[in-house]
Amino acid sequence: MNKTFNNKAWWMVFPVFLVVAFNALVPLMTVVNYSVQETFGNNEFFWSGTIWFQQLLENDQIRDSLGRQIAFTAVALFIQVPLGLAIALCMPRKGPWVSVCLVLMALPLLVPWNVVGSMWNIMALPDIGLLGKTINAMGIHYNYTRDPVAAWFTVVLMDVWHWTSLVVLLCYAGLVSIPDAYYQAAKIDGARPWAVFRYIQLPKLKHVLTIAILLRFMDSFMIYTEVIVLTGGGPGSATKFLSIDLVQKALGGFDLGPAAAFSIVYFLIILLTSWLFYTLMMRNEAN
Amino acid sequence: MAKITIDNLRHSYLPEPKRDEDFALKRVHLDWADGGAYALLGPSGCGKTTLLNLISGLLHPTEGRILFDGRDVSNETPEHRNIAQVFQFPVIYDTMTVYDNLAFPLRNRKVDEAEIKKRVTAIAEMLELTATLSKRASGLTADGKQKISLGRGLVRSDVNVIMFDEPLTVIDPHLKWQLRSKLKELQHRIRRTMIYVTHDQTEALTFADQVVVMNNGEVVQTGTPIELFEKPKHIFVGHFIGSPGMNVMPCQVRGGKAFVEGHAVAADNAASSKGSGRLELGIRPEFVTFADKGLPVDVVKVSDIGRYRVVDTRLGENSVKLIVPEGGAIPEGKAHLAFDKAHTQIYSDGWLAGEAR
Repeated sequence: MNKTFNNKAWWMVFPVFLVVAFNALVPLMTVVNYSVQETFGNNEFFWSGTIWFQQLLENDQIRDSLGRQIAFTAVALFIQVPLGLAIALCMPRKGPWVSVCLVLMALPLLVPWNVVGSMWNIMALPDIGLLGKTINAMGIHYNYTRDPVAAWFTVVLMDVWHWTSLVVLLCYAGLVSIPDAYYQAAKIDGARPWAVFRYIQLPKLKHVLTIAILLRFMDSFMIYTEVIVLTGGGPGSATKFLSIDLVQKALGGFDLGPAAAFSIVYFLIILLTSWLFYTLMMRNEAN
Repeated sequence: MAKITIDNLRHSYLPEPKRDEDFALKRVHLDWADGGAYALLGPSGCGKTTLLNLISGLLHPTEGRILFDGRDVSNETPEHRNIAQVFQFPVIYDTMTVYDNLAFPLRNRKVDEAEIKKRVTAIAEMLELTATLSKRASGLTADGKQKISLGRGLVRSDVNVIMFDEPLTVIDPHLKWQLRSKLKELQHRIRRTMIYVTHDQTEALTFADQVVVMNNGEVVQTGTPIELFEKPKHIFVGHFIGSPGMNVMPCQVRGGKAFVEGHAVAADNAASSKGSGRLELGIRPEFVTFADKGLPVDVVKVSDIGRYRVVDTRLGENSVKLIVPEGGAIPEGKAHLAFDKAHTQIYSDGWLAGEAR
C-alpha cells in the first residue's frame, strides 16, 4: 500500500515553531551575531572573527571567576544533595505532620532571590545581625564584608538554606512512590536499614536524584542575584562568580562583543556538562 | 516448616474498634497442618490479605494469637517468624543480578558464601533460572521476576511457611498456567506449608488441598475443592465457586419435604431442616437435567460455552440454570427438569440446614 503524504500537518507545528523562535533562537542568534563583531556605537558593526573568543580564553580574570564558580557549585552540590536526601528520609510518610513538613520545606523556595540576599545580608552583619552577632559572641572572628572565608561561608550557607528544600521535595516525592511491598519484602528478607537504603531506596531514587543534581548544578552555576545583594562579589573578588563577571563586562563596560562571546561559552559549559551528566546517568537504562 | 494455628484472631485497622463492622477480620479460628497447600479465597475486601499479613507479621492483631508449632509468634517480627512472602507485584532488587537477589536473604543472615552458592544454584535449577543467574534482575519479564521473589523464599531451608498474595496478577495469561503448575509441582517436591491468597477460584482450586473461603471478614467454609463444589456450606460459596454459580430459590419445608413454587422437590437434607428462618433450596447447574416429567419450566436462553451449553430456564419467578453437554438435546419453550437429590440442599438463613457452623 502506498503511504499518503500530507504535509499540511506542518502548519500545525508552525505556532510552536514561532514561539520557540522568538524565545530562544532569535535572542540566541543575536548574541552569536554580537560575538563575532566589533562596534564603536552608532549602530555600526564590523566583522571581527574569533578575536573575542581568543581574548576570553587568555583572560586570567575570567579564568579565576570560572575556578570560583566550579568550586562554589561543587560545594553547594556536595552539601545540598546528601543533606536533602537525609532530610527527605527523616520526614514522616503518613499523618498530620506530612503537610506541616512539606510547607516548612517549601517556604524557602517561595522567597524571591533578592529578598534572600537582603535577608542574609542583614542577618549576617557582624554588629547587628542575628547570625553575625552570635558567631562573634562565641569568640569566632566573623565579618563577611572583610574576610573572604567568612564571605564564602555565608554565601554557601545562604544557598543551602534557599535550595536544599528543592532536593528534599524531589527526594520525598520519589520515596513516597516506592510501593510498601518493597519494604515488606526487605523486612521478610531480613535486610538491615542500611541495606534497605542501599538496595531499595537509592536505586528507586536514581531518576529523581539525577534531576535534582541537574537542576541544582544549573541553578548554582548561574547564581547571581543572591550573591550580588549579599556580598556584591567581594570582598575584593572573593565571591565574584561567572555571572557577576559577565554582567560587569556587558553592562559595566558595554563591551558587547566580548560579553556575547562570554555568554556563549558560559551557555555551552552548562549545556555540555548537563548533557554529559545526564547521558552517563542514563547509560545503563538502555540495556 | 510448621503447623500453623490461628487462635481467635481479630483485626481492625481502627485504633479503637467497637462495633463488629469496625473489624476487617472477625474472629477467625484455623488449624493448618505442616506441609499443606492452602488457599484463601474470597472477593476483594473480604479480609484475606489482612489475614495473610497477620500471619506474616506485617500487621499486629487486635486480638487473638498466631502459633507456629504451638509457639506463640503473635509479637514477633516477620524476620523472626521466618516466613517468606511473594507479593502481588514482583519485588526484586533492581541493581542486583538474579544470583545476588536470590542470595540476599542468606547474606543478611550471615550464611557463608560456599553454602549460599550451593543453595542458590539448587533453587535456580528448580525454578529454571539458571541461564539468567548472572543477568541484572531488572531486565527480566514479569514472570521471571515473580520467580525470583519466590526463589528468595525458597533459598532459606528453614522457612516456616511461604505465602503468596495474588502472585499471578501481573503475569500474562499463557504464562499464568505454566507458573501455577510450577508452583503446584514445587509444593509436592519440597513439602513446605504454603498459603495462597487469591480471588480467582481456578487458581485456588488447582493449587490447594484445602481452600478457605472468606467473605466480609469471616471464614465461610474450609474444605477440599470437591467439598466446596458438592456441598457448599453457605449460599455465598455456592455462588462464588463454580461457573455458573449455584441455583438458589426460595422454598418451603413441610413434613420432611421441600416445595418450590408449590412443586415437591426431594432434597438431601430436607428432613434435618427445621423450617425456621428464611429457607432456600440450592442446586448446582451440573446436577440439573431435562426430564420427561418433573418441574415445569420455560426455556429462556441458551449460551454456548464451547464444550457445553448453559441453558437458562424459568421456574415461576426463579431462574434455574443447567448445563447440557455437547450434543445433548435442548427442548424449546416448555420443558421439565429433574434435580439430583444427593446434590440438592436446603439453606436456612444462608447456611446449610442441619449442619453445625
